[in-house]
Amino acid sequence: MSAHPLLEVTGLRIELLSGAPIVEELDLSLSAGRIVGIVGESGSGKTTTSLALLGFARPGVRIAGGSIRVAGEELVGRPEAELRRLRGRLVSYVPQDPAAALNPSIRIGDQIREVLRAHSGGGEPAEVSRALERVELPATRDFVRRFPHQLSGGQQQRVAIATALVGRPPLVVMDEPTTGLDVVTQASVLDEIQRLRRELGLAIVYVTHNLAVVSSIADEIAVMYAGRIVESGPAAIVLGSPRHPYTRGLVSSIPDFLTPRELRGIPGIAVGIGGRPPGCTFAPRCDQRRDACEVMPPPLEEIATAHRVRCLEWQRTPPLVLTPSGGASTVTATSPLLEVESLRAAHRSRSGDVVAASDISFSIARGEAVALVGESGSGKTTIGRCICGLHAPDGGRILLGGVELAPRAIERPRQARQQIQIVFQNPYDTLNPRTKIIDEIARPARILRGIGRRESLAVAAMLIEQVSLPQRLAHRFPAELSGGERQRVAIARALAAEPSLLICDEITSALDVSVQATVLELLARLRSELGLALLFISHDLGVVAHVASRALVLESGVVREQGTLGDVLERPQDDYTKRLIAAAPRL
Amino acid sequence: MSPATRRLPTWVPRASFAHSWSARIGLALTATVLLIAIFGPFFAPHSPSELASGSYAPPSGAYPFGTDLLGRDVLSRVLWGGRSVVGYAVIATALAYLVGGTIGLVSGYSRSLVDPVLMRLVDILLAIPPFLLLLVLATGLGTTPAVLIIGVAAIHVPGIARIVRAATLEVSVRGYVEAAVARGETTSAILRRQILPNITGTVIADGGPRLTISILLVAGLNYLGIGLQPPAADWALMISENRPGLDIQPWSVALPALLIAMLTIGVNVLADAIARSRGVSVDEELIRR
Repeated sequence: MSAHPLLEVTGLRIELLSGAPIVEELDLSLSAGRIVGIVGESGSGKTTTSLALLGFARPGVRIAGGSIRVAGEELVGRPEAELRRLRGRLVSYVPQDPAAALNPSIRIGDQIREVLRAHSGGGEPAEVSRALERVELPATRDFVRRFPHQLSGGQQQRVAIATALVGRPPLVVMDEPTTGLDVVTQASVLDEIQRLRRELGLAIVYVTHNLAVVSSIADEIAVMYAGRIVESGPAAIVLGSPRHPYTRGLVSSIPDFLTPRELRGIPGIAVGIGGRPPGCTFAPRCDQRRDACEVMPPPLEEIATAHRVRCLEWQRTPPLVLTPSGGASTVTATSPLLEVESLRAAHRSRSGDVVAASDISFSIARGEAVALVGESGSGKTTIGRCICGLHAPDGGRILLGGVELAPRAIERPRQARQQIQIVFQNPYDTLNPRTKIIDEIARPARILRGIGRRESLAVAAMLIEQVSLPQRLAHRFPAELSGGERQRVAIARALAAEPSLLICDEITSALDVSVQATVLELLARLRSELGLALLFISHDLGVVAHVASRALVLESGVVREQGTLGDVLERPQDDYTKRLIAAAPRL
Repeated sequence: MSPATRRLPTWVPRASFAHSWSARIGLALTATVLLIAIFGPFFAPHSPSELASGSYAPPSGAYPFGTDLLGRDVLSRVLWGGRSVVGYAVIATALAYLVGGTIGLVSGYSRSLVDPVLMRLVDILLAIPPFLLLLVLATGLGTTPAVLIIGVAAIHVPGIARIVRAATLEVSVRGYVEAAVARGETTSAILRRQILPNITGTVIADGGPRLTISILLVAGLNYLGIGLQPPAADWALMISENRPGLDIQPWSVALPALLIAMLTIGVNVLADAIARSRGVSVDEELIRR
């Protein structure tokens, strides 16, 4: 690191107006041309930190102390008017969701011109073209006249990056810039960011929850947990031989699609703002804590050159061991449980039908786990919805145990509805906000198995146990549960019907990785205990490799490739599959 | 989207209802007026139609708020005169919710032709100017309480249908509703268990202003002489009748006016407090409209 880093943050403290700390004791420094990845899960304070680097705090939040210097300019304590002048020139921001960041009713060219004008008073067409060319977008007349919704997600994000670079800032803060994008697009945007860093000598603070992405782009990594940096250092060292038990847990939580391994999630859930313990914030979830950990927060200790760890017991952290697993067990073919034959389905809209699935055929044996892999818009969710009777197909047949199923759930016999259960993607709307957890789980048992109320409540209580939730949650409402807990309740609700096939539609995509790992563990355990067949729908190859033994790769409603997981992932035949695998980030 | 930054569309209990000041004030105002309207007649010192003394007599021992233009006791008429205004407004609003709410629920939940057909009918109703509707009803069918109630309810039906439909549409794509559909629950069970409990916040937030409008409509119609006819004791009629004597005997106008104002303010504040405690604020609701 050079003598005068471009960005120098010391002792940063950000708190709620009530005084509850969100970010504490944060030190960070970054030289020109380097990328630091700030990694953390929900509630770690990473987004708050990234906004603070622009001297900004959201309403209800204030920067309470410390110093943020960018190229020698102190940002903390400056009046808003001065900060506004500096933003964009000194440091700029690329937000997570470009569709929300761009004004939908202003043409692309005008949006860039607006920023140009604010900075230099210029805004000549040539400058707009230059800004677009810098991020490899076509600077044609047609393109600058488009509205944001006429652009793809990747193009929108490039426009957002172009806008951030207009004021030629030496430092750019990017908050989850590729999270909403497909992996192939994500890979190209990441390449773009790398190229800009090289060509313009940019320093970039890259904030993300995705360790695989950060490992592909960052030089240095700072891992945040509950408002503090718990470990920082060169990317390869932090991810390769983590010394903080949290970092270690995080790395062991990430599934890899080429070498399936045993996942170890981190038990417990992250402490919230205001509920942080006096000592080490990770202590409640840590298996190597001792009494001293709970007394006062440990210091960030430099244990090797540039490698810092905030843990009293870092020497006891075992080396990272990634135990390979055989992946999901394969099932010797018996009579198929579910057969899908030439399924066709479309979504109707005013501008015509959108084909979501065309001529899809596959089958699932009893106890087998099959994955539907694809990007958004590939039709994978629609196929799952057709199977459980939520979407009426336009053609083809779905057979359960050799019997053809009616298109809609309500037209199917009770026994068919009971055998197929689904768990949805979004844990935040999967449970009725006004129904107690125990009633939510008991309901399917009552409806689909025809058992009485008292018995169904007993079944629900047992299922709460089975999905490793504490019994005290039984009489709570969903709002009091975390995302991971809600998804367990959704799984329990599906199991209450005693299904033979469970459809899992992106069930972990809204969860933090450490929580995702525990949910995947649970799913694996339930499968072996109950002999469940799974239809696992996901865009994440790593998760798929961990769960399924066979996969179908979908693109625009068409099966590009299907086969055993090993064949599909290691010896892909189809071009699309090859691209998908090449673009998927790995640790 | 990352779990960290997504805004969660979920129900979170906000300020506790019983402890909020707006709830207490709203409840106190509403309860006072309702108690007067319901139990007032039992405490009236005189008959509301008894011609007591000279017109517009000032307050005295026997007539604490004086007398009106015909010399009837103002206090007694006020104690008698709430039942019609409040009663008709409440019944009309309830009727409007029964009809409009059902249309909205069915319309919002069905994904068939039922929705556009119902909504076009609602649009037709919406296209008729409300006062014109009331005038036509009153001249055609006479000024009976039933006409008044149906007329006021009809004015609310389109708005309620639209709001309930919008709320239903939003809730009906949630995972818990889909889970109920997938396990084959009947439509009425889904509407009752999954949808209705999750739109009540919106409905209540919308209901406060509606009840107020009903009160003002009933009062306004009575005032204009389209509703109740003299010599009935009614707050709105009192305001209308006694207006000429406002500077001689202000109580005959001020007392009923004050009660109507207390009721409309109280109902609004109360509805806002209830809605807040259920996670919706009236302001947000108005913006959504």
